[in-house]
Amino acid sequence: MLSLGMEYYLPVIWALLLAVAIAMYVVLDGFDLGIGILFPFAKSDVEKDQMMSSVAPFWDGNETWLVLGGGGLLVAFPLAYSIVMPALYLPVIFMLLALVFRGVAFEFRHVADTSRFLWNIAFAGGSTLAAFFQGMLLGGFVQGIKVENNAFAGGPLDWATPFALMCGLGVVAGYALIGSVWLVMKTEGTAAAQARAHARLLLPVVLIFMGIVSLWTPIAFPRIAERWFTTPNLFYLAPVPILTLALAYGVWRWLETGREHLPFFGVIGLFLLGYIGIGISIFPYLVPPTLTVWQTAAAPASQVFMLIGTIFMLPIILGYIAFVYWLFRGKVREGEGYH
Amino acid sequence: MEFDPVLLARIQFAFTVSFHIIFPSFTIGLAAYIATLEVLWITTGHERYHRIARFFTKIFAVSFAMGVVSGIVLSYQFGTNWSRFSHVVGNVVGPLIGYEVLTAFFLEATFLGIMLFGWNRVPRGLHVFACVMVAVGTTLSAFWILSANSWMQTPAGYEMIDGIAHPTDWLAAIFNPSFPYRLAHMVTACYLTTAFVVLAVGARYVHAGRYPEDSRTMMRMAIGLIAIMAPIQAFIGDQHGLNTLEHQPAKIAAIEAHWENEPGAEGVPLVLFAIPNEAEERNDYQIAIPHLGSLILTHSWRDTFKGLKEFAPQDRPPVAIPFFAFRVMVGLGLLMIAIGWIGAWLLWRRRLFESDWFVGPLQYVWPIGFVTILSGWFVTEVGRQPWLATGILRTLDAASPIEGWQVATTLALFVVVYGIVFSGGIYYINRLIVKGPQGPAVEPPDGLPNRPLASAHEATRAAINAPGE
Ligand code: HDD
Ligand code: HEM
Ligand code: HEM
Repeated sequence: MLSLGMEYYLPVIWALLLAVAIAMYVVLDGFDLGIGILFPFAKSDVEKDQMMSSVAPFWDGNETWLVLGGGGLLVAFPLAYSIVMPALYLPVIFMLLALVFRGVAFEFRHVADTSRFLWNIAFAGGSTLAAFFQGMLLGGFVQGIKVENNAFAGGPLDWATPFALMCGLGVVAGYALIGSVWLVMKTEGTAAAQARAHARLLLPVVLIFMGIVSLWTPIAFPRIAERWFTTPNLFYLAPVPILTLALAYGVWRWLETGREHLPFFGVIGLFLLGYIGIGISIFPYLVPPTLTVWQTAAAPASQVFMLIGTIFMLPIILGYIAFVYWLFRGKVREGEGYH
Repeated sequence: MEFDPVLLARIQFAFTVSFHIIFPSFTIGLAAYIATLEVLWITTGHERYHRIARFFTKIFAVSFAMGVVSGIVLSYQFGTNWSRFSHVVGNVVGPLIGYEVLTAFFLEATFLGIMLFGWNRVPRGLHVFACVMVAVGTTLSAFWILSANSWMQTPAGYEMIDGIAHPTDWLAAIFNPSFPYRLAHMVTACYLTTAFVVLAVGARYVHAGRYPEDSRTMMRMAIGLIAIMAPIQAFIGDQHGLNTLEHQPAKIAAIEAHWENEPGAEGVPLVLFAIPNEAEERNDYQIAIPHLGSLILTHSWRDTFKGLKEFAPQDRPPVAIPFFAFRVMVGLGLLMIAIGWIGAWLLWRRRLFESDWFVGPLQYVWPIGFVTILSGWFVTEVGRQPWLATGILRTLDAASPIEGWQVATTLALFVVVYGIVFSGGIYYINRLIVKGPQGPAVEPPDGLPNRPLASAHEATRAAINAPGE
């Protein structure tokens, strides 16, 4: 019986851990990418430097959560990995290529002088496209993947739907929002003022996107409607949208009253609520709408082996990440140097 | 137009992984070098170690960024291009890669922030600690990924259930038969590669008479490392080959272009040069030394080892690539030993920095390690064909259910994007080298940099002969 219990709980634990890794990625790389998306709107080179310096010590660590997300899927749910990746082949690779430009732009821009503008473009373009394709991936995943005999059986462009397009745009807006509230917290002077204005513009846009997704998914996918709108569920789940609206109002007020840290944490809360909403819509499917976390799980021996390492390492990792954020706390001033 | 998705996926993977490995080869060695310099700096107090460390940290930052972005591509390609691979061996290979993320990637990526941006912000000791952590991280990363790769070469500690590999013994899987050799060989390769870059940069400054103090330290440290490590590397390589003969005999037959043991023949010759002719199963234009093959691989005069014809045609690897790549690797390995020993001798005779005939060409040796490492990997990876995981999964059966045009499109994009990024990287690294180390007292007094070597030397003899040298 014990082993049966393990086969039930292990995949659930891993699904939660994976969800945490992806959430960390979305929040942390979200503000990095958001800064790239806002880059073209910066008024001066000084402001651009300030924006970039505010994330330069962190971006690599932030991006590592993406490796953990992908790696975690391979480790814990190899079958899901082997179906989802080919299904989303093109957007995955487009996203990776966009991240290549974004990543090298940090270092190249710093060393370049006359060709600097090129790496400004690479940074902004790479960030925006990476965000957009991440949204497309989300859409392509939520809308479902065609499976036969434990393998992807759909076409190469199945993911390219209006729904995925809308998710792509939504994620761009969302990352821009979290990038702007990060800048509210980490910069001062004109950069901070600008960021505050951007945040106020973006907050309603993001709410609209969240609203559209919340309506679109139950209408288009009956399985999701059933999850949310059948009777006992409805009462349990009602707090999610209500909390979202309340928090959004809070963020709006904090932006107006000049708070510096609260908007950032408020937006993180908004992200997590949206994320939980999507999780509720999908669980326990890992390849919606066919395969569950149990059907795609790795051998228990593999999941246990990895779980031991994770329980041991994750607190250490979180510890030194927190340490680095603490070390580079405070605001980036105008003209404060890189390296 | 019809595209063969498997062939394209192989080309694509070979392209992206070859591109990636260039950067780890350098950053693993450079991280260790920078950490060493920093430790030397705080223990001896010599400013030059600090200047050199800062200088190479800038180069490190650019290389590291390229390593990271190209590595992330790879970890996703396992799924996009080789999805059956993830399914069939994911239970074993997955956790090895997972441990790499947990123990290595977060460590190096996080402490990198302190290493690059902490110079003026954190206490010295903490900065040194961060550099050491980055070096530890890169080495751990090599540990896990090489374990994963070695498991694919020589699988152990698993059983097959319904065509899927399941782990039975993690220690056996991690420390599979070829892993210790591959780890030692690769980490040494990284140190050598970095040493040759440092040597070339140092030679460039010495030759131009710039930064006399720093450049001599660079050359001295590099030569010392090469003189010791290059011969060790040849020894490790030899042991590695013996291990391969035991576990992947077909690969050795391909490396040696050894088709068959003629009836009654004693000993296997060493083929120095030939054009392997796979259609007719023989070598053209062969130049060989009798018995030497036996001597190297069996350490005896007349014992033989299996020839290619003893393997069914569908189980043979391609011959030409492992054969030639191996000769490039060993040839360059011997060249490295020569450079290390000549340099050490000149250094001992105190003639190194005046020996223009030697220092001049050394400016151009920086690519040697990269070429050698790529050759080595081509031997290893092509030599394991047609298997992706030896005896478990053939490359042909590992491909994703995707269409050729998708792979062709992304391959073209990879070539373009990596072309741009790589050219940019080389260009900017060169620019940093031209700019040189910065800090107190790096340039000799006015005018000296452009004067001939001898006068630069004159002006700085005092610095060079400082106590403790
Ligand atoms: C011998 C060493 C070695 C080898 C054979 C490989 N790598 Fe690598 N990799 C490293 C050594 C390394 C490193 C030293 O840890 C890197 C290189 C430069 C860097 O920035 O970190 C890195 C970076 C790196 C990253 C980015 C990590 C981050 O976010 O910081 C990923 C995802 C991978 N690699 C994945 C792979 C995969 C899937 C490989 C196999 C096909 C591979 N690497 C071969
Ligand atoms: C880092 C240096 C490496 C280089 C230069 C390299 C080179 C290559 C080459 C040339 C191929 C194509 C072989 C062919 O199809 O004929 C290949 C294939 C492959 N390699 Fe490597 N490799 C490296 C490391 C690794 C590592 C560390 C792993 C795994 C942990 C790995 C996994 C694979 C896989 C999955 C394939 C595709 C399937 C195949 O063709 O066998 N490689 N590599
Ligand atoms: C000089 C004598 C050398 C010998 C006899 C030697 C031998 C070998 C052998 C037999 C292999 C293939 C192992 C296998 O796939 O099973 C190999 C691979 C390799 N070699 Fe060498 N090698 C030498 C020098 C070098 C040098 C100088 C470098 C780099 C600086 C180098 C880098 C590599 C790399 C990166 C691989 C692929 C990874 C691996 O399988 O270990 N080798 N070497």
